[in-house]
Amino acid sequence: MSDRRTVSVTVNGKPYEREVETRLTLADFLRHELLLTGTHVGCEHGVCGACTILLDGQTARSCLMLAVQANGREIVTIEGIAPNDDELHPLQQAFQDNHGLQCGFCTPGMLTTLIEFLRDNPDPTEREVREAISGNLCRCTGYQGIVNAALDAAKRLQGQTGA
Amino acid sequence: MGAKMFGARVSRLEDPRLLRGRGGYTDDFHLPDMLEAAFVRSPHSHAKINGIDVSAARAHPGVVAVYTAADLPAHLRDITVPFQVPNPAISQPFQQRLLEDREVCFAGEAIALVVAETRYIAEDAATLVEVDYDILPGAADAREVLEDGAPLAHADSPNNEGAKYTVGYGDVDAAFADAHLVHKETFWIHRGGGFAIENRAVVAEYDALRDMTTIWSATQSPFLVKQNVVDMLGWESDKVRVIAPDVGGGFGPKTVYYVEEALIPVIAKDLGRPVKWIEDRRENFLATNMERDQYWDMEIAVDADGRLRGVRGTMIHDTGAYMPWGIISPYISATTLPGPYVLPAYRLETRVALTNKVAVTPVRGAGRPQAVFAMERLMDRAADRLGLDRAEIRRRNLIRPEQMPYALGLIFRDGKPMTYDSGDYPKCQSEALRIADYDGFRARQAAAKAEGRHIGIGLANYVEGTGLGPFEGATVRVQPSGRICIYTGGGDSGQGHWTTLAQVCADKFGVGIDRIDVQKGDTAKIANGVGTFASRIAVNAGSSVHLASMEVREKAIKVAAHLLEAAEEDLDIEDGRVVVKGSDLSVGLAEIARAVQGMPGFSLPGGVEPGLEATHYFSPSQSSYCNGTAVVELEVDPETGHVELLNYAMAHDSGTLINPFVVDGQVQGAVAHGVGNALLEWMIYDDNANPVSANFAEYLLPSAPESPNVEVVHVESPTPINPLGVKGAGEGGTIPAAAAIVAAIEDALSDFNVSISGAPVTPGMIVEKVRSGR
Repeated sequence: MSDRRTVSVTVNGKPYEREVETRLTLADFLRHELLLTGTHVGCEHGVCGACTILLDGQTARSCLMLAVQANGREIVTIEGIAPNDDELHPLQQAFQDNHGLQCGFCTPGMLTTLIEFLRDNPDPTEREVREAISGNLCRCTGYQGIVNAALDAAKRLQGQTGA
Repeated sequence: MGAKMFGARVSRLEDPRLLRGRGGYTDDFHLPDMLEAAFVRSPHSHAKINGIDVSAARAHPGVVAVYTAADLPAHLRDITVPFQVPNPAISQPFQQRLLEDREVCFAGEAIALVVAETRYIAEDAATLVEVDYDILPGAADAREVLEDGAPLAHADSPNNEGAKYTVGYGDVDAAFADAHLVHKETFWIHRGGGFAIENRAVVAEYDALRDMTTIWSATQSPFLVKQNVVDMLGWESDKVRVIAPDVGGGFGPKTVYYVEEALIPVIAKDLGRPVKWIEDRRENFLATNMERDQYWDMEIAVDADGRLRGVRGTMIHDTGAYMPWGIISPYISATTLPGPYVLPAYRLETRVALTNKVAVTPVRGAGRPQAVFAMERLMDRAADRLGLDRAEIRRRNLIRPEQMPYALGLIFRDGKPMTYDSGDYPKCQSEALRIADYDGFRARQAAAKAEGRHIGIGLANYVEGTGLGPFEGATVRVQPSGRICIYTGGGDSGQGHWTTLAQVCADKFGVGIDRIDVQKGDTAKIANGVGTFASRIAVNAGSSVHLASMEVREKAIKVAAHLLEAAEEDLDIEDGRVVVKGSDLSVGLAEIARAVQGMPGFSLPGGVEPGLEATHYFSPSQSSYCNGTAVVELEVDPETGHVELLNYAMAHDSGTLINPFVVDGQVQGAVAHGVGNALLEWMIYDDNANPVSANFAEYLLPSAPESPNVEVVHVESPTPINPLGVKGAGEGGTIPAAAAIVAAIEDALSDFNVSISGAPVTPGMIVEKVRSGR
């Protein structure tokens, strides 16, 4: 039962290697083995989306994946989004400027989901943003602050790339 | 002097940390040598326990201990969660034991606790615990369980009535006797929960060297946790510290005290190692309290011109198996019903039914959405039957601002006569109607109809008692660095207390909020506290911060007068410095703070007490009553039952605003909770009260596409009850939502003769009603 394997992953640009039980979820691996506690666990059945991370650039529910499945792959979590300690990513700054978070618990999943979405849809409509985050539950904001933040971030990101 | 902070629309100090993933929620604590716990919970709503065999679980590798009731210290085996809010109306105040080994009364009740090196092992071993049950019939439907011969929720009790009381005033029967119109109807609101995205969580550590237990809990009320630990376990108050760290949403269910908050500290002390328990989502559905679930049999009497004569009826409240918060929710319901209207006579008898479900305690809105639903639907019925517009009948009955303060004739849950302190109800309603373009709606509806679309409009008013006592306090202290720190007792589960309390403080010292820190939710940081519930922090803690900041300011000036050899009346505070008006002489807060720390052997300057700090505990003389109006325009597809919210307007009066940005967020979020109650959230139980929909795939919460962009207009009627003029803002959005949405659905389906008396209204129900109305 306690089959163990070695997992090598790159998280937020930093390589890690750990020997873990094969049944360990990726969320628990990130949170309790690597102590990257910014990724949150809200339902453990893939509905709330708080645990969403970027796996090779694509969103994935880290509560529905095993750590061993991430072997050899590249992960970005909420801790890896800001460019440095002084500045926030434009999406993070837009969240602060538009009251896109209250308790902060759904925030890691909202940010990772929207990073992927805005990369693929740089100029979305409000309806598209709402659909994009429809797999992420938030109980505090009623979503409006998040939607406004995403639309604001889209403008900022377009300005940044000179588009 | 910088820009005025109080009232400013500024972004939150909390955000950068949380946006970087650097929050510290309870599950983020990894203490050395920490163990993890998993519970064995009853899979049955009601059963007698014949025996519990934990031998296989104990023998499982990695398991450190397994506890049943019999394994607890003798004095803890039969104790129950303290009865928080007694009331003489309560006849059967059942409370939960720490671990149950005789009769389980809801599916999810804790029976055993497995402690292991990891949570994975603890859960493996929990499945090895064998419990021998005799399944008993479950008390499920609150109306049926009050009838003779119904299954008993607690096998040894005489019946299922937990409490019974009547509230009211005026000669109700006379009001009905010669009324122009009487309408009678039964209304219901189904169960709903808080469902914070962070589940409950407890970590406890016992430090044997200091004989000190520290408890981290995802609670709204760290001081209530501490008080209950002390009362239940008999521990000395100064040997217990409770910390509410970052808390991932509260919404009411994290206000009350749970058995896990006693068990985890007991076991950490017993084992001499830190213990962590993190509730999983299934446990959250089973073992975290919910609310709503009421049935109202009501009658309204009106005159020919729509003036209210009286309302009377009975209400049945499903309280679940236990009553840790007494009858607070149904009592609030009963006293909320009259709302913003001049209602000459009112009588409501409430019966509180015990069922085999998880306990009912306040959830955002706390009993009010149900009462507002009943009253606002009655107003709609009276309007329809008199041929009056639904807004007009309300306008004719609203309490006018010149009638304030308005004594209602009822006693509120705080034991004080209900007296609305302030508010302009007609203005709120007219502002909401204005931003919703209510006058233009019938033209829009006709145009939609021409296109084969069914749109409708609904409105609802409410009044909400907020800012309840007993008190919340604040210490305001200038640090030797010159930064200001505020210490307060209530936890923050997303409300933004750091920002808003800093805004209350900042202007007293002419500083920006970036020079102010807030430490909250830690029983070691301030002597007394209560908690973050009942929309009470801005009123109580805000007023305390205001009073303490004023005192610190006066003290700074007094000491500065001594240091600068100037008269106090010649001094002012600008940008964190005390200045001599009209000169360039000044002294900074940092220097003053150091001066009042004193120098060994010398007197303090100006004969003041040490420390540039002050503590205040503001205790309101009564609740402050906020109010509002929601107007909802929506479209219904009669074929699929789909409801699309087109426009959601809300006029909201929570008194003076500290930060409109934060209040807007509170209203938006609260409305989303109401949308869930109106359209989505359905906790399914079988006929024996076993929960069937205990996951987010079957129990639906609003997601972004279903949630409206609420247009909010603020009406500010400052309350005279506290020095800031503020009232609570966290729950108002939820309270009228179901009433307004359901009214709008009915209006949209007026061609189909549809009448709706309950919530939520699911697509299946709409299709069924359209079919039978056709």
